[in-house]
Amino acid sequence: MKKYYLLLFACLSLGLQAQIHFPNDYGVHDVNKNYTAITQATIYVSPTQVIENATLLVKDGKVVSVGTNVSIPANTVVIDAKGKTIYPSFVDLYADFGIKTPQGQRGFGRSVQYESQKDGYYWNEHVKPETAGYQAFEYDAKKADELRKAGFGTVLTHMKDGVARGTGLLVGLNDDDTNNTRVLQAETAQFFGFTRSQASGQSYPTSVMGMTALLRQLHHDAIWYQTNTPDLRDLSIEAFLKNKNLPQIFDAGDKLADLRVGKLSKDMGISFIIKGGGNEFERIDQIAKLNASFIIPVNFPDAYDVSDPTAVSKVSLDDLRFWNQAPANASVMAKNNIRFSFTADGLKSPKNFLENVRKAVDYGLDKTAALEALTTNPAAFIGKSNTLGTLKSGALANFIITSGDLFDSETLIHENWVQGKRNIINDLDYKDIRGTYNLSISGTNYTLKVSGSADKPKGEITQDSTKLATKLEFDGKWVNILFNPSGLEETAYTRLNAHVLNPQNISGSGTLYNGSEISWSANRTEEPKTNERKNSDKQPEIFPITFPNVAFGFAQKPQQQTILFKNATVWTNESEGILQNADVLVKNGKIAAVGKNLTDASAKVIDATGKHLTSGIIDEHSHIGLESVNEAGSNSSAEVTMEDVIDSEDINLYRNLAGGVTVSQLLHGSANPIGGRSAIIKLKWGEAPDDLIFDAAPKFIKFALGENVKQSNWGIANPTRYPQSRMGVEQVYVDYFTRAQEYESQWKDYNKLSAKEKQRTRAPRYDLEMETLVEILNGERFITCHSYVQSEINMMMKVAEQFNFRVNTFTHILEGYKVADKMAKHGVGGSTFSDWWSYKYEVKDAIPFNGALMHQEGVVVAFNSDDAEMSRRLNQEAAKAVKYGNVSEEEAWKFVTLNPAKLLHIDDSVGSIKVGKDADLVLWTDHPMSVYAKVEKNMIEGKFYFELDQQDQILKRIQDEKNKLINLSIEAKNKGLKTQQPKKKEKELLHCDSLDHQFLID
Amino acid sequence: MKNYFILTLFLVAFGWSLQAQQSDPPALPQSETISITGVTAHIGNGTVIENATIVFENGKIAEIGSNVSAKGRTIDAKGKHIYPGFISTNSSLGLVEISSVRATDDEDEVGNMTPNVRSLIAYNAESRIVESMRPNGVLIAQVAPRGGRITGTSSIMQLDGWNWEDAAYKIDDAIHVNWPSLYRRSRFGFGGGSGFEPNKDYDKQVQELQLFLEQGKAYNLGPKEVTNLLYESTQGLFDGTQALFINADDEKQMVDAINMTTHLGIKKVVFIGGQEAYKISALLKQHQIAVLLSRPHRLPTATDQDVYLPYKLAALLDNEGVLVGIENSGQMDRMNTRNLPFYAGTFAAYGVAKEKAVQLITQNAAKILGIDETLGTLEVGKDATFFVSEGDALDMRTNKITHAFISGRQLSLNTYQKDLYLRYKEKFDGQK
Repeated sequence: MKKYYLLLFACLSLGLQAQIHFPNDYGVHDVNKNYTAITQATIYVSPTQVIENATLLVKDGKVVSVGTNVSIPANTVVIDAKGKTIYPSFVDLYADFGIKTPQGQRGFGRSVQYESQKDGYYWNEHVKPETAGYQAFEYDAKKADELRKAGFGTVLTHMKDGVARGTGLLVGLNDDDTNNTRVLQAETAQFFGFTRSQASGQSYPTSVMGMTALLRQLHHDAIWYQTNTPDLRDLSIEAFLKNKNLPQIFDAGDKLADLRVGKLSKDMGISFIIKGGGNEFERIDQIAKLNASFIIPVNFPDAYDVSDPTAVSKVSLDDLRFWNQAPANASVMAKNNIRFSFTADGLKSPKNFLENVRKAVDYGLDKTAALEALTTNPAAFIGKSNTLGTLKSGALANFIITSGDLFDSETLIHENWVQGKRNIINDLDYKDIRGTYNLSISGTNYTLKVSGSADKPKGEITQDSTKLATKLEFDGKWVNILFNPSGLEETAYTRLNAHVLNPQNISGSGTLYNGSEISWSANRTEEPKTNERKNSDKQPEIFPITFPNVAFGFAQKPQQQTILFKNATVWTNESEGILQNADVLVKNGKIAAVGKNLTDASAKVIDATGKHLTSGIIDEHSHIGLESVNEAGSNSSAEVTMEDVIDSEDINLYRNLAGGVTVSQLLHGSANPIGGRSAIIKLKWGEAPDDLIFDAAPKFIKFALGENVKQSNWGIANPTRYPQSRMGVEQVYVDYFTRAQEYESQWKDYNKLSAKEKQRTRAPRYDLEMETLVEILNGERFITCHSYVQSEINMMMKVAEQFNFRVNTFTHILEGYKVADKMAKHGVGGSTFSDWWSYKYEVKDAIPFNGALMHQEGVVVAFNSDDAEMSRRLNQEAAKAVKYGNVSEEEAWKFVTLNPAKLLHIDDSVGSIKVGKDADLVLWTDHPMSVYAKVEKNMIEGKFYFELDQQDQILKRIQDEKNKLINLSIEAKNKGLKTQQPKKKEKELLHCDSLDHQFLID
Repeated sequence: MKNYFILTLFLVAFGWSLQAQQSDPPALPQSETISITGVTAHIGNGTVIENATIVFENGKIAEIGSNVSAKGRTIDAKGKHIYPGFISTNSSLGLVEISSVRATDDEDEVGNMTPNVRSLIAYNAESRIVESMRPNGVLIAQVAPRGGRITGTSSIMQLDGWNWEDAAYKIDDAIHVNWPSLYRRSRFGFGGGSGFEPNKDYDKQVQELQLFLEQGKAYNLGPKEVTNLLYESTQGLFDGTQALFINADDEKQMVDAINMTTHLGIKKVVFIGGQEAYKISALLKQHQIAVLLSRPHRLPTATDQDVYLPYKLAALLDNEGVLVGIENSGQMDRMNTRNLPFYAGTFAAYGVAKEKAVQLITQNAAKILGIDETLGTLEVGKDATFFVSEGDALDMRTNKITHAFISGRQLSLNTYQKDLYLRYKEKFDGQK
């Protein structure tokens, strides 16, 4: 037995020598057991271990030894690399090298697929952890060549497709051997991303929050699968569980998505390596707190072509600034002690990779950190520190030989060795032919100037100060020159070539324009200018970031202040009513006192004479500050939450502050009867997504009725999803709530069991959707229900009553006035539009008196916006309740403040001016419901987030900064850098029926 | 019985005439002299007469002033305000009833160049949306087709009539053009949002428009061998009887449009939209081109723009002496037309004097539409087209219309919407 082990060990240690047993019908046995020594080089064994004048000894694709005292065996090929530098080749962990993404069948939008068609796998086709990248892998020599030229030796490649994408394989970019040698590890890491599978037409998930929820559910399903003995098999879950032992890489692709992955990381108990977006610096504090490792791209934007002044308005400050700041991302991450590696992903071609890494160094990235990001960090992320990213003995012989410091723009990569196989890129003996020459051709003298970069020099020939059309090509050895001698027709060329042995004195042969063959010579009279390049260039000016890093962002986040508003008209929304000439004191973010003649020595006094002070506007129905609105792939999406997709950088948050809004409920859309969970936020402009969330707010979910959920206006897609009528909508609810009841009782029964019995009994499957519905049944989560016509409103209340709960809010509710008495009796509130109607059939009976009538019947009434534009003048919308239906001004004002606070169950902390409540206050220049009123100040928890008198100054700063950036862009264009046409990005305005993914409707 | 009593009380309390039944027919012609007394008269030209009396007969204003004595039937409007009927420009009232129901949509015809299609004949005088304008003071509207490069021919309607012939105030007043865009919309793929990229076909599209209009001009000069309805319909542009209304927002678009229309000899040009018009105000004045600004209840078009820029545009242009009005296209176009007074109010909040803001939707609008000889101001000899409001009509909280007249005809302020309100109010009141 022991012998066998020994034999096995021997085989393993001999490694691929086992191949000698393979038949060879092409020739004689050809195995190379020689050594290679590269001598006299500066060798970076690792980013922090550099040996001068050292030797690297290589055999069998591996490093044998490295150092200054390496003994070189006799059977060694020696390569003199005097003056050269050797680095480990780079490792890219995020690639799809050699793996094609499968394409789905076209036109699948015609018939939407709801269920998985993959038998035996997970219920959702976008989760496909069973995908093994190696099964789709075909080595791509052309691409490998590009990557090697960029300095890469190894890539981790996977199928960039789907939410759970399966495993990737680790491949050496080694053209000379087969996959048996170059595939270093077949299953190296498990990948995830926020993308649908191209191969699948299954409708769910259509949105990022759906994908996030899907992964959470996968996690629960996997645990359940693992801890219970299911009587069914799921090959996807089994693969997911098996792959969990590998490094886990998540393609986030954006700073806010990074944070979302951070949340998933906690929920799923997985430490993800996050592939970022290159904009991490914009939210660096939160990113650093994730304590994750990152893979970051270097696909910096090109400068904008703004030579047409009218184009300037189409480029936003945000984009210009990002162009300026993006190269500093890596530097900022390094300074925050975040470990990261670089990827060439996102670049049009790997050609620009090294150039951009150098740019990152120019923008402040420490060279050692840069080298770590190229070598040791990616190796360590996948547990390959001993073999990759290093040149210590035993490591793979993956290294590049360069002409000097890797991060100097003049430095050439001469060679890139992969697994001991030599690949020459620029000859080691590469000649730098730049300089000025005295060119002599058959007795005629010219001046030849060679400039540009060493590997792509340009030539210019002059004769008696006349420039001649010249073309020069140089491949490191041979130079070819074409030029058009003066006085001749344009098609007459003299052609020269020479093998350059010594750039001081080049001589060769050629053909004159007239066909006669000649010889020529060129003597260098002036050496190439020694390039002190970066030191002479001024350091790039990097513009400071703001919070958020867009126009109107704060340089410093607002600070809490003690403020005393003096002599205002105070709309208390309390029994005190509207107080004239009153004072309000704000301390520690709370309302500390309301009354007359208040004083506080520590307070900053604001004279509010002639002005009106109110509590902040609360928008019960908003879709601002969201990356996505609808998960439309299913008729219920109770598992998704808008908290996963808060967009803290949306300018509409600021615009809403400028309209007096302080709190918004960010709702899921109305694409399905059971929508997603809400995010209730305070508009604390500058804070990160999670810090916007109003912690004291209870849980909410969006429901929807009518035309949108029955897909009435979904165009020609011939919708098929259940329900297609209001009859079906009722059945959806009854069905889901019945199942939720059953689900709850299953769990109750299970939880009653003793620990021993539990071991014997299979637990119910944990279902995020059902959990949410159970919360509704138990009164722990409230429903805001999108609704229009009286029949459906009535139905929804009856369904709720049948299941013993109450609908909390009907939103839109344009026919609420027809059943206002029933609503009052049920105890549901109405959050409506002031005057919208006639845009679709179900609002043909909408009337602007709706709010007044519901109010009269005792329904708590709010006016909402559902619109980023209207939300910034909800004060005016409130006034329409005065016009239409004669609601008193004091009550009408509550429609946009106290009443929505009540509907959201946050009226104990906001919604009125009362001692102890949050200091969410708005100072108006005029009667707050007047069309002439402007927001003078908007305060949230004692911090000013909008101040009217600052606007001119802010706009001036925006203009100045933009102007400077435009000048820099023009300078970049003049320098010959690549530019892009202005592309005006637009924050898409999201409404109830906005979809991320168009396939369902077109 | 009890119900009727309560309803009566209610109606009296809110000042509505008991005769007003649901679905009131259009008003009868003025049959007697009427005077409105004690009213604050907003003339429409920037001036105000306090405590004024207005006498009107045979549909025309006979007298107005603070020292005028009342004649005929007198309406005491003490403490109230009177305004010329507000004029909506570039609306699509009466062309669509319910936006998402295709069968009710008559605003856009097939084809890119359709100057021959006329909004007039599709105008639904009995539209429930049209009637909902009157209780807000919007009494006159230019109704324009939508879609394509040349959208069609508009007409000006008064918003109370039995049929389109009855409602027509000025027939075929203008041809409307959507100037080619400098930027075209693009989607950046999943989750990438949308944005704009340069429209590479801009020059070509401008040329197409110019060629079409040149052909139209030549056609109308020469012997017409074969009738061409498209060219035929452009004649008014060249003889000065019709205006060309051009939708354009960008500076470059407007400069190109001015050069083209000057070259073609088109006599009267108006810009619709005009977001960047303030950048070329001198040029606009030189060519006497008016601008109908998009409604201010919009978001800025760029993230780095002044958050209030849409509110400030009227002041920016008006201060430079450009003739400015307000147009009504946009999201929920038709139903929002009743918010026209509040658009003017918003401009007033951000830099335009209040009476000037009134002028934007009265005298200025009338001038821009070429109907200022008879409409737009409260002056002797002009149409008795005006309304009385309890308070400032530009402010939603005080815009409460008690009387409205078109050419002296007293309009019903009842609407389908108010009927529904009263029906359910009566029901609920009866339950108590």
